[in-house]
Formats: sequence, structure tokens, C-alpha cells
Amino acid sequence: MTEELVVTLSALETRFPDVVKKDERKGYEGFLVDTKNLVEVATVIRDELGYDYLSSVTGVDYLEEELLEVVYHFYRSTGGKSLVLSVQVPRKKAVVPSLYDLFISADFQEREAWDLYGIKFEGHPDLRRILMWEGFEGFPMRKDYQEAFFVEDQKPFANRWPEGKVFRSEDENQFGKNVQYPKGFDKPKKWDPEEEDLLYAGLQELGKKDSGDLATDHVVVNMGPQHPSTHGVFRMAVVLDGERIVALKPVMGYLHRNHEKIGERNTYLHNIPFTDRLDYLSSMVNNHGYVLAVEKLLGKKGAVPERAEYIRVIMSELTRVSNHLWAIGFLLNDLGAFFTPSLYAIEERELILDIFEATTGARMMNNYFRFGGVARDFPPGVLEKLNSIVFERLPRKVDELDVYLTDNEVVASRTKGVGVLSPEEAIAHGVGGPVLRASGVPYDVRRADPYSIYDRFDFDVAVRYHGDCYDRYIIRIDEIRQSLRILQQALKDIPEGPVLLKNPYNIRVPEGESYGRVEAPKGELGFYIVSDGTANPYRYHVRAPSFVNLTALEKMCVGQLVADAVVVLGSIDIVLGEVDR
Amino acid sequence: MYGKGIFKGMWVTLKHFVATFTDDFRMIGRKYNKAEGIEYRMSKDVKGIFSIQYPEEKMPVPEEFRFIPFLLYDTNEDGTEQIRCTSCGICAKVCPPQCIWIEQTTNPDTGRPVPEPVEFFVDIDICMNCGYCAEYCPFDAIKMDHDYEMASFDRIDAHIFNKEKLLKPAEYYAEIRPLNWEREEIIRKEKAEKKKAAEAAKAARAAAKAEAAGAE
Ligand code: SF4
Ligand code: SF4
Repeated sequence: MTEELVVTLSALETRFPDVVKKDERKGYEGFLVDTKNLVEVATVIRDELGYDYLSSVTGVDYLEEELLEVVYHFYRSTGGKSLVLSVQVPRKKAVVPSLYDLFISADFQEREAWDLYGIKFEGHPDLRRILMWEGFEGFPMRKDYQEAFFVEDQKPFANRWPEGKVFRSEDENQFGKNVQYPKGFDKPKKWDPEEEDLLYAGLQELGKKDSGDLATDHVVVNMGPQHPSTHGVFRMAVVLDGERIVALKPVMGYLHRNHEKIGERNTYLHNIPFTDRLDYLSSMVNNHGYVLAVEKLLGKKGAVPERAEYIRVIMSELTRVSNHLWAIGFLLNDLGAFFTPSLYAIEERELILDIFEATTGARMMNNYFRFGGVARDFPPGVLEKLNSIVFERLPRKVDELDVYLTDNEVVASRTKGVGVLSPEEAIAHGVGGPVLRASGVPYDVRRADPYSIYDRFDFDVAVRYHGDCYDRYIIRIDEIRQSLRILQQALKDIPEGPVLLKNPYNIRVPEGESYGRVEAPKGELGFYIVSDGTANPYRYHVRAPSFVNLTALEKMCVGQLVADAVVVLGSIDIVLGEVDR
Repeated sequence: MYGKGIFKGMWVTLKHFVATFTDDFRMIGRKYNKAEGIEYRMSKDVKGIFSIQYPEEKMPVPEEFRFIPFLLYDTNEDGTEQIRCTSCGICAKVCPPQCIWIEQTTNPDTGRPVPEPVEFFVDIDICMNCGYCAEYCPFDAIKMDHDYEMASFDRIDAHIFNKEKLLKPAEYYAEIRPLNWEREEIIRKEKAEKKKAAEAAKAARAAAKAEAAGAE
């Protein structure tokens, strides 16, 4: 236990004797709290101990113990390690007080835990399903839930070898078998999903607050799910007063595939290529977060050789550069500057993808990191090309992009003062990455809680202070420059040596829980893993930055023109593969 | 002055536009439809637009590029084909979406597994091109291909590859991945020699034993 945590524990224990207990299970590092005292404890944590950033809310189903657990990860927005709290409730009567009033960042995450685990959060103002569709029955992440096309609880499946008689799952599925619907669902008299009504009722409620003196009618507009501005299948239900937005609710889940359930069926190794598909614009950072979480549990067995650490940093920063280029390009698209700026940005990204392809074997779905290193070294010639791009071409091109866009009066007038998020609001909403830093909070996991070898490099945490869309644009240019600084140092210092010591296909991970987090291009990406000592993770949870950042969308959009909602969404930079998981 | 930023931006666009043509002009006859030109368009020096006009031109795939696995066979001196796969099942176990299906048989006389698969399927609709099967196969029997043009009209039967469809000669592998081939051949040779030596030692031991038995 770190010193910081010891101090925290004694503070908590003196304040709450018998209420807060050290989690004694093997390999667990948090504190167990009584359900009825949760809000009280969380208030003290926030106001007196300074843990003002609720990063992650995770449901866990301990089937054998007949318990459902909610795990909270708190951080200080000034940096440092996490404080982990858990509450346990019986499976039959899973009710937990909501932390919505203390930390708005709990909003979507509690809805997710309700949706997937059926944990009721008392006091949450809008507890609806968030990822599953409105007619869905059951709680899919519970351990006793079996999905359609269910084969076995855990991979590898026995019917693949040694008697692999091939069949296609589609042919096996008979409607009704293995698929669960509420009673009478397939013969409804009237298509009338309750949750949609709740959504609109909630919106009207929000809209009422602002209608002013003159009573005017409001219009509800659904932007999406098929809408060119939403970067994928994503819906914003907005209530308009004239052209002004008075209320907004994001609706998501169209791309939901229950990544976490798949992850719990998978072995540890299987999950690495699946993480590629979360935020598919920055695959290798996802790899990094996941292997970090598992390596924490592996301890000495997961030690990473020097050269591999450098390669990891190089790949992560290249990913950040390419992601930000994409984000800037598409923000300009959302502003109406169709395709010229975005193609200028994407051109440079292509050169980076060439390097990814030559090294990892794929342009986007890289599957490159392994537990204890990376899959292979740079092939001959790649480092030279990388050097030439990082030292010569990219700095020049970033400056060009800066000249091209930053002073442009149209860009400025469309983005300055639009979608403002104050630092306090940003922290309360739990946003991360460029969105948080553009609001004047210099919080970057690479500095706040250094992982890998980031503490060796000289770079600045980019910060901007207005919290509007313009700052969220320009901070990405700043961050590309900082990433290039890191890359240049890493490429100069990279030592020779092995990149992976052992690469067994059937690793077993010691019991315990771990939370690995990295600074992904879009914010803090966390992986929460519970191991029961077998070859498959017992719990595998992804704290996706785009998903949590969307919590602040409503705050940023209310009061803006409807056309600006598009810009605000573009400035958050979401990827639906990660939002919907 | 209002409009200065826009003007600067337009100037960048204009430069980019002109650069495309000056670059074309400078590289006349060398830039398009030539390997040299494609390589130039993938380098740090390229200016202006640098699209590669697929399918008239194709980007060369790097050695590590991976797409859909295939099975290797060696051709013996007498012309018979020797499949490398021993149907050990490791690739089926490491495959994340579980799209490899292997059928093994046992020898009816001895009851022990025959070290060659009866059937081997890869459902390429499901394969996520992760490359694990190639990475973890202990016999270098399955490798990732470079052929990415596989569109077909029939989604159902054409997309479950059986053993016959998966098999490709080892020479093909040597051609698409020369560096990997070289590296692996050295290890394979060493292993084969060790195995031979072990077998010879075993035979010698057996012979000695027989001799000793005979002398008694
Ligand atoms: S391809 Fe390789 S790993 Fe797969 S069964 Fe054959 S020998 Fe084993
Ligand atoms: S490449 Fe990956 S998904 Fe495809 S067959 Fe091999 S192990 Fe399975």
C-alpha cells in the first residue's frame, strides 16, 4: 500500500469506525463500505480528502457469494494514485444509493451498471437502459445470463478441436431459442417502447425549466442515429426553443456488442485484439491499457524489457498524433469546411499507418502488444522511415496545419465561446483528455500517475483555459507537438535488446483485482480486471473515455444554437466503437 | 485585419494545389504506375496529393502484413506433399473468435492420434486477422497470407475455407515473407537435426541393448 493510501485509510477509519473496512480478499486493494453510508463516505472523500474525480463505476457479479458489487475509482484532480471503494449488495435486492448528486460523472456509468447488471441506483434522476435496446429483457452481464449463440462459458470451446465439425452459428439459431424477450414482445398490439416515452418525458421536464416569460412551444428533434455529423450511429434527442437548445439527451448503444461479456468468455490473450476494436482510431493505446492492467496482476512475470517499453511509448504517441490529426480534420468537416482540411490531416496519418502496417502487420487493428513486451521488433528499414517522418515531416506539417486553420476567422467565429465547460464542471462530469485540459485542468495520466516509462521524458502537459470548442481544437495541435517531443526523445534513446522474453499462449493470472489506466488520445482509458486465478478474466470492464466524456455533452450544448451541437460533438471527438462497446 | 487568417489558409491550399503539379512535372514518367513512384508517394518527401490509384496501382504490402491464414505443405524429394500441421490444436485454442475447426483422427490399430488433420476449417467471415494462429503454432504450419482481394458473390460456402483451400506450398511462404522464412528455417533445421541425433542415439542404445541381450 502506498503511503498516500495509508493516510487516507486512517483518516477514513477514524471518521467511520466499523463502516469503512480494508478489503481483505486476496489481491484486492480497496475499501469496503456499507451501502447505507456510501453517500456520507463519498462526501467526506470529495470534500475533505480531495478525491474530487470519480473516474469509474463498475458493477461486478459474484455469483457464488450471491452478491453484486459496485466498485468506484476515485482520483485527485491534482494527481496521484486511486482510492478504490466497493459496496456489496445481495443479488436479489440490488439497491445502491446513487452518487449522481456528488459526482455527475456517475450518470452514464450508473445507468450502464443498471442496464447490464440490474443494480438499482436510488436517487438517480434518469435511470434508464443506456446500451441495450428498450425492449430488452434481463441483465446481460450477470454471470448466469447466456447470450444468443451461446456455446460455453469460457473459451477455448471444446467443439473446435479435436472434433471440429464446422457449422455457422447463423444456421443454428432458431428464433426464440437462446434469445430472450419479454412476454408477448413479438406480438405487440402497438409498438410503444416505454423507455422512449421516458426519454421524451425527461426531456420535456428539462425543457420546462428554461422557458422564460413568454410561453413558447418547444420542438423535439432527433439528430441521428443516421446523421452525417454524429461520426457514427449516435442520436442526440434535443428540445428546441426556436433555434436554441433547451435540453438534450444523448442516446447510444446502436453499436453495442457487449464487449465486456465477450471479454469474460475470452482468455486473457484473446482480449488483446478485441481491445483494438474499442477505439479503432487508436488501437495500440487500447492494447497498452489492457496489458498494463494484466501485467499489474502478473507482477514479476509481467516485467517488460527496456526496448519494448520504448517501442510501446513510440507506438502510443504515434497513435495519439494520428488520432488528433483525424479529430482536427473531422472537426473542420463538422464546421462545414468539407474535406480539404480533413484530407490534409489524414494524408499525414496515412504515413503513420504505413509504419504501423510494416511493424505490426495491420494499419488499424494492430494487435501488437503482448503481456511482457510487444509482438516483434521493428523490421529493417522501418526505424529510418520513422525517424525521417518524426524529425522532418511531421513538425513541418503540424506548423502548416496551424497556419492553415488557427487564425481562420470563420473557424474562430464558429468555435470561440461555443460549448463552454468550466474547470469545476469538467471535473464533476469526469471528462478526460483534451476536453478536460482545454478547460484549464492540467490533468494528464502520463504525468499525474505515470505508467510505462513516461516519467523519463521531457514534455509539457498542454493546457488551455477557455473551455470552448476553439480551445478543444487548438489543444490537439499542442498535444501533437508534445507527442512529437516525446517521440524524438524516445527515438534517440531507444536501446537495443529483446522486446519480449516469453510468449506463452496459456498464461494464468494470479487472483486479485487491478485497474490499468493510460492517457488515451480521447481521455483516461481504464481497464478493470478481476482474476480468479483461471485462464479467463472473471470481470473485464472498460472505462471508455468517449463514453464518459459524453456525460458533459448536455452541459455544453444547452443554450447553444442547434447547429453548434454538431461542433460541440465534434470537439469532444467520440468514437462509437468505444462509446457503445 | 479581418480576413487575414482566411487568406493565409487559402495560400496554404494554393501551395498544396500547385505542389501537386510541380511534383508531377519534376517526376514526369516516374511518378505513376511505377514501383519507384509508389515508393516515392509513400515517403516523407512527397508533396501535394499523393493518392495511390487503386486498383490500377497497388501499394506494396510489407512483409509483416497479415490477412487470413493458410496452411503450409512441404514437397518431399519424391514429389509427395507433406502437410506440416500435426493437428495439435494450439491454433484453435488461441484463436480469439474461435473460427478454426480441426478434426483429428486416431489410428485404429494403435488408438493414438494421427499427426495430421483430417479436416481443417477457417471461417474467414469470422476471422479477425489477428495473426495469433501463425504466432503460436509450434510447427510453423499455419501462416498469415498477403492476398487481400477476396471479395466474392457467395457469402456462405465460399467463406468457409477447408483444408484443400487453405493449403499452399512452403515456397509461397518463402516468397511472401523472406526474412521470416530465413529466420524460421534455421530454427527448424536445428530442431530436425536434434531430433535426428536423438533418434540415432535411441537406435544405438536399442542396438547395444539387443547386443547385450544376445551375448548373455
Ligand atoms: S496449424 Fe499448427 S497449431 Fe494449428 S493444429 Fe496444426 S500444428 Fe497445431
Ligand atoms: S488470424 Fe486470428 S482470428 Fe484468424 S484464424 Fe488466426 S487466430 Fe483465428
